[in-house]
Amino acid sequence: MRIPCPHCGQRDRREFYYSGADDLLHRPATDDPAAWDNYLHLRDNPAGDTRDLWYHEPCGTWIVVSRNTVTHAVDGAQAVTDVAQGVRT
Amino acid sequence: MRYSGLKVITEGLFGNKGWKPAWRDPAPKPEYDAIIVGGGGHGLATAYYLAKDHGLTNIAVLEKGYLGSGNIGRNTTIVRANYFLQGNSEFYSHSLKLWEGLEAELNYNVMHSQRGLINLFHSDGQRDAFVRRGNAMINQSDDAVLLDREGVRKLLPYLDFDNTRFPIYGGLLHPRGGTARHDAVAWGYARGADTRGVDLIQNCEVTGIDIENGQVTGVQTSRGAIRAKKVGMIVAGRSGQVAAMAGMRLPVESHVLQAFVTEGLKPVIDHVISFGMGHFYISQSDKGGLVFGGDLDFYASYASRGNLPMVEHVMEAGMTLMPMIGRAKVLRSWGGIMDMTPDGSPIIDKTHINGLYIDCGWNYGGFKAVPASGWCMAHLMATDKSHQFARRFRLDRFATGHVMDEEGTGSQHNLH
Repeated sequence: MRIPCPHCGQRDRREFYYSGADDLLHRPATDDPAAWDNYLHLRDNPAGDTRDLWYHEPCGTWIVVSRNTVTHAVDGAQAVTDVAQGVRT
Repeated sequence: MRYSGLKVITEGLFGNKGWKPAWRDPAPKPEYDAIIVGGGGHGLATAYYLAKDHGLTNIAVLEKGYLGSGNIGRNTTIVRANYFLQGNSEFYSHSLKLWEGLEAELNYNVMHSQRGLINLFHSDGQRDAFVRRGNAMINQSDDAVLLDREGVRKLLPYLDFDNTRFPIYGGLLHPRGGTARHDAVAWGYARGADTRGVDLIQNCEVTGIDIENGQVTGVQTSRGAIRAKKVGMIVAGRSGQVAAMAGMRLPVESHVLQAFVTEGLKPVIDHVISFGMGHFYISQSDKGGLVFGGDLDFYASYASRGNLPMVEHVMEAGMTLMPMIGRAKVLRSWGGIMDMTPDGSPIIDKTHINGLYIDCGWNYGGFKAVPASGWCMAHLMATDKSHQFARRFRLDRFATGHVMDEEGTGSQHNLH
């Protein structure tokens, strides 16, 4: 599996650290425990298209990768700093 | 049909013409008292104990493929009770006791082999942790023996004891640990459930869960609607999709875990051995193949196959631990879909919908749990109360902070 780093191009999967679904970009605005449970623990866990967070260790960039969990096909990636970090209320 | 040695001899004399299918192939009825979604090890065990211990025989197991087509037929077959945390400890202890009586219970040879499991340690700190774990196992009335370096050498002379990076300090021996024939467990439970009247319905995919006023009323399937006031979701890696049919979001992320088997060899590895520093574990099957595996591939996947970096890592770990296996040829590798939770422990609980129950989150430890999971899930579905051995496997424990992080690795699904 190769992942397109926005800065470095197509790189081997071994250069990346995986951190789970991109839910972590949507930090709750409230201190409601249910919202935090949802943010930290609960996942859509899709069989198919997903967006998840990877860290490219050589260049130190967090990226959001669009890929398919069934076929392992990778559609593209964006730096987290270029992705609107929506806040869930 | 009851199996016996006499039956085998008689059938052998008459051309084996008298064997009958081990279970029926019924069409789904319009209504059951309870439905189990998922015909894997846990689902079949649940059906078996519901029928046998709770008198619930008007039930169906719905399986989208064939019985035992998921992780029950794809795992590395290790059976053990070496857990540390309260909640896990008593549950797996109970499971091992059920394993020890399983063949007599099911009249089925599951080839349970208590060959002993050895967890190696490689530092003073790791030794301390294993002493503590061994004491926890003994307190739970299970067995644990601390082996020093020479003790390990006596049992496993072929390990690389001179490894400078990970010198072997000793091991924790769990004599009652071992392996079992994975498919046979599913088949044994299936036959036992079928004999007691449970309908095992294959090629029947659940496509929807019917809920009215907060009460489950049945399921939609590829073979039509089926009504039931109790539905148990026991679908491992597919838990996310099935729970979504009931509008639920679970603390589960599905990951791929690879396993490997070599060509058949003469008996060479007598135990189950785990090498925590490289995350590698190995045993030898009764056919002679070395069965081994390592870590997850670490990214969410439903592919049932893994990537090469983890293949390389597992092979490296194996060679680090026991260079003697370097000439063995790997015949097959495959992947299973693991339902990973944020604390590495499972869930057996009610949901917010009346009559809807869930058994999931087995991470990569589901095989040894099959008997106790079925036992506790059957208790829950029959009585609406958690069994004492599964009372901490709550669905809401992440929200309330009552997590059970056996390895202490933190709240991320792929780290357990």
